[in-house]
Amino acid sequence: MAGPSTYVPKSGIERWLDARLPIVRMMHGQFIEFPIPRNLNYMYTFGGILMIMLVSQIITGIVLVMHYTPHADMAFNSVEHIMRDVNYGWLLRYMHAVGASMFFIAVYLHIFRGLYYGSYKEPREVLWILGVVIFLLMMATAFMGYVLVWGQMSFWGATVITNFFSVFPIVGDTLVQWLWGGFAVDNPTLNRFFSLHYLLPFMIFGVVILHVWALHVTGQTNPTGIEVKQKSDTVPFTPYATVKDLFAMIVFFVLFAYFLFFLPNYLGHADNYIEANPLVTPAHIVPEWYFLPFYAILRAVPSALGGVLLMFGAIAVLFFLPWLDTSKVKSGSFRSVWFKGAFWAFAINAVWLGWLGSKPAEGWYIPAMQLGTAYYFAYFLIILPLLGLFETPKPLPNSITEAVLKKSGQDVASGGGQPAGATAAPETKG
Amino acid sequence: MQADVQETGHEEPTRRDFLYIATGAMGAVGVGGLAWPFIAQMNPDASALALSTSEVDIGSMQPGDQVSVMWRGKPVFIRYRTEEEIAEAEAVEVDELPDQSARLDVDPAALATNEARSVAENPALILMLGVCTHLGCIPLSEAGDFGGWFCPCHGSHYDTAGRIRRGPAPENLPIPVYEFISETTIRIG
Repeated sequence: MAGPSTYVPKSGIERWLDARLPIVRMMHGQFIEFPIPRNLNYMYTFGGILMIMLVSQIITGIVLVMHYTPHADMAFNSVEHIMRDVNYGWLLRYMHAVGASMFFIAVYLHIFRGLYYGSYKEPREVLWILGVVIFLLMMATAFMGYVLVWGQMSFWGATVITNFFSVFPIVGDTLVQWLWGGFAVDNPTLNRFFSLHYLLPFMIFGVVILHVWALHVTGQTNPTGIEVKQKSDTVPFTPYATVKDLFAMIVFFVLFAYFLFFLPNYLGHADNYIEANPLVTPAHIVPEWYFLPFYAILRAVPSALGGVLLMFGAIAVLFFLPWLDTSKVKSGSFRSVWFKGAFWAFAINAVWLGWLGSKPAEGWYIPAMQLGTAYYFAYFLIILPLLGLFETPKPLPNSITEAVLKKSGQDVASGGGQPAGATAAPETKG
Repeated sequence: MQADVQETGHEEPTRRDFLYIATGAMGAVGVGGLAWPFIAQMNPDASALALSTSEVDIGSMQPGDQVSVMWRGKPVFIRYRTEEEIAEAEAVEVDELPDQSARLDVDPAALATNEARSVAENPALILMLGVCTHLGCIPLSEAGDFGGWFCPCHGSHYDTAGRIRRGPAPENLPIPVYEFISETTIRIG
């Protein structure tokens, strides 16, 4: 993507290092001069936000481990010890717990951005699949982290989720006992979850590096969905993306701070402030909000194996999305009203499934969950494969430059030669 | 070696091929053998296995009473059922049940009649694992549409003999191995 490097080592030390390990040259190429489409909107800032959230979770997590005790008899009390005794412990723990929710808010917006603008399409299939892998690792990490608190929801959430594996025929029971290290969720389970909860964020970090690598090979998509064709279609990463991402991060941190300081427990469950008790199941087990749509899918069918397969299938289908969508037009903005209708119905349905996931599996909630689940799968398996064959997309602009200048009312001939996007109607930017 | 291949026109397996395969196979066995301890360490350990029996005294139980005993980290329900509860359990035909196996650890072939699931020494008693066969929650007693147990997590209804009647749970509540070690003391496991 990037042309020949324009990095010039300034000092003797930099020249010495550049001849031995050109890491500064690489960073310069990838994060300073790297060309990005000039028309990226704020939906494209969540990648940077996710990166900073991952770093925040790792730093707060490492610090929390200095005060936490991973033992079934002491874990719950050590979390209260962090909240009451440790200097700024309340802040660090809430940053970590609320931060997990913020991480998921950002990742869902990032995923929906990709779904709308067709970011998963050729040649970005591997980039997309790596993203789904990160999403899976995030879900595993969040689940195991929630168990470490060792409250009632931790314990019973862990029981329900590990029991997913017991529905597999023949090997199910052996598999679950292997996961538990016993005959129920107990201290061995807590210990191994602690170990893995510490490991997985670093694995996420590794896959994030691959994700960014793949992104910088193909280049970013953009709201028009047409590829970069000429230099005037792009602006350099620094300062354009750096400053825009930084501004978006600040706005995002305002939201984070609002939850952190005013509603730190709003996204959690009161039951998790009761210590785990293997003899009493809470009246209503609900996972954290970010798992609710999948929890609704799990409970939509009256068969345990069927529910578990559907739930795993809801994630697995994302891996095949690049080949399920038959439309050659990437951006939803240039697709038919049918696509837009189906896409927004999918987004609303996802939120609706989330709400249903928080409700007990009874009465009219069950058929509603079934309907929502049916639409979730129909969007990927029926609508996207067929729509691409039948719909008539809108005419695409010839280039990103043309699209940008048309929007700002200038003609291509006068503005097309300007390399910097901001010079084209700066007052309409952002 | 090269010359042989050219002369015969097709590739005969050579001694070298055999050595490659044998070395590779040896390596795979080695990797598998080394991986096994890392996998097996997650299985229930000796201290978890050592807690595999529990004893309970039921001498003071009256009709309508229920106790929960911890066995291997899970609750076991022992219920002294009332006349009505027994009558309700007796009134159901086995072919009406979603799961027709009695789910006895001692006799996997037994049919899910009330008689098979009751404690032989005192048929008013029933002893079973209090763990929903759906995803492992603890069912609530004297609840649900069949007067037995109801799992609040995903809405499974069990009758007064602990048999699944409606909801996502696939099986009846399992009955572990137990024996009376005195008139009033039961050892589970």
